[in-house]
Amino acid sequence: MIPEVFAIGKSVIHSIDPRVKVVLALVYSFVVALSASLAVLLSGFAVSLMLVMTARLAAGEVIRRLAVLLGFLLLIWILLPPTYPGAALFSIGPLDYSAPGVLLAAQISLKSTAILLSLMALLGTMSIATMGHALGSLGLPDKLVYLLLITYRYVFVMEREYQRLIRAMKIRAFRPGTNLHSYQSYAYLVGMLFVHASARADRVSNAMKCRGFTGRFHSLWQFEKDRRNWFFALIMSFIIILMAMVELWIQATHS
Amino acid sequence: MDSGNTLINLKNVSYRYPGGKTILDQIDFKLNKGDRIGLVAPNGSGKTTLFHVIMGLLKPSQGTIEIFGQLRRKEKDFASIRHRIGLLFQDADDQLFSPTVIEDVAFGPLNLGKSKQEALDISRETLDFLGLKNFENRITFKLSGGEKRLVSLATILAMQPEVLLLDEPTNALDTAMKSRLIKILRRLDLSYVLISHEFDVLSETAHAFYSIENGKVFRDDRVHIHTHQHSHKIGRQPHRHV
Repeated sequence: MIPEVFAIGKSVIHSIDPRVKVVLALVYSFVVALSASLAVLLSGFAVSLMLVMTARLAAGEVIRRLAVLLGFLLLIWILLPPTYPGAALFSIGPLDYSAPGVLLAAQISLKSTAILLSLMALLGTMSIATMGHALGSLGLPDKLVYLLLITYRYVFVMEREYQRLIRAMKIRAFRPGTNLHSYQSYAYLVGMLFVHASARADRVSNAMKCRGFTGRFHSLWQFEKDRRNWFFALIMSFIIILMAMVELWIQATHS
Repeated sequence: MDSGNTLINLKNVSYRYPGGKTILDQIDFKLNKGDRIGLVAPNGSGKTTLFHVIMGLLKPSQGTIEIFGQLRRKEKDFASIRHRIGLLFQDADDQLFSPTVIEDVAFGPLNLGKSKQEALDISRETLDFLGLKNFENRITFKLSGGEKRLVSLATILAMQPEVLLLDEPTNALDTAMKSRLIKILRRLDLSYVLISHEFDVLSETAHAFYSIENGKVFRDDRVHIHTHQHSHKIGRQPHRHV
């Protein structure tokens, strides 16, 4: 089960209209991802950090999520600079750490942490259900919204079914190995999951029909109007545009 | 005859799984207004199939289905009356597909063309009636088994049906939840058919008993006084068997 630990809170960011947050998160991520200058990336990192602080997210949970990313980044720092062409910045033993390689690794690290932090603060502060409805009211087709929501709803049911099947295999002394029997058993397992999923889909569809479903979804969702939405959107837009302009200016003067 | 009082009337209905065995064999089944029928039968005997045939989810291979005094044949005939019959599915996970409780309960009323506010009002009333006042924004898949069952019942009652078809409603519930559900059923002013294996549940909620054997529906009047030996907790204390 995915616990939505950041979704409930009393911070300003929690109270912002989810549609505003979705749009800002999208635009902000693009600007950060497409920027190259360290100045812009560093300020992006600072902005994301500030967002996380404003959302008052539990530090331990934030670090726990970052740790997954940091593992990948560590790998990049180990592998990328010594294998990237360019003048050596420093060397450890036989490995030459090239300056462009170090720069690239730094860019990747800053971009990914900045984006991840901002997503935690902007998207993490709403439940998946809210996000689905926000996407819907932003014009995403109904079918996609409900695909997202129903997937989220049933992924746990499927997981439980998977665990049940795995248990059934284990209690009969199944131990995975590199042999045909294991592969075949896993194939059966996956096959059974598909069969269960399809049967489940039939039953859910029947249950929906019994409640008068005719193919059109009606949403109960309503977003409250609040002046803080505009205020927040304005500040964030200003920051994003500023970052984009500085980036463009730096790129122009360098070329 | 008494067609004004007859809610559901199956005549000579058979159902056979495609390429499989006949699960309902020329059955007759009638539900009148005010009836509370308990359906007891072994697994795989076709109880759930019977419910699905009544709802028009499965097409019988022969026979006629009359619901609310009219013959129902095509999908369209059934679609127009499904909201008047509330079918409680065996697995609550099949019934609750929305992210939050209130959305799921309001799903039916919204489909019936109610406005958002009306749907919300009906949903809140229904949740209240079932003692689920603070459940509105709970996430459906994070509910316990018993809570899921009650919310499923809420999603059906919110459609304001005239008949309930309850498919093992107390299955896998603990004693407290079971008696809560029984109390609710007794409080409802609705006709229903209830499938159950549990005799204590049936004796408290149903007036008449039916069973299905070899594809046939029987009215089961074979309730008679008998003694038998059994063991149970605190059995040494004076107690009564009903």
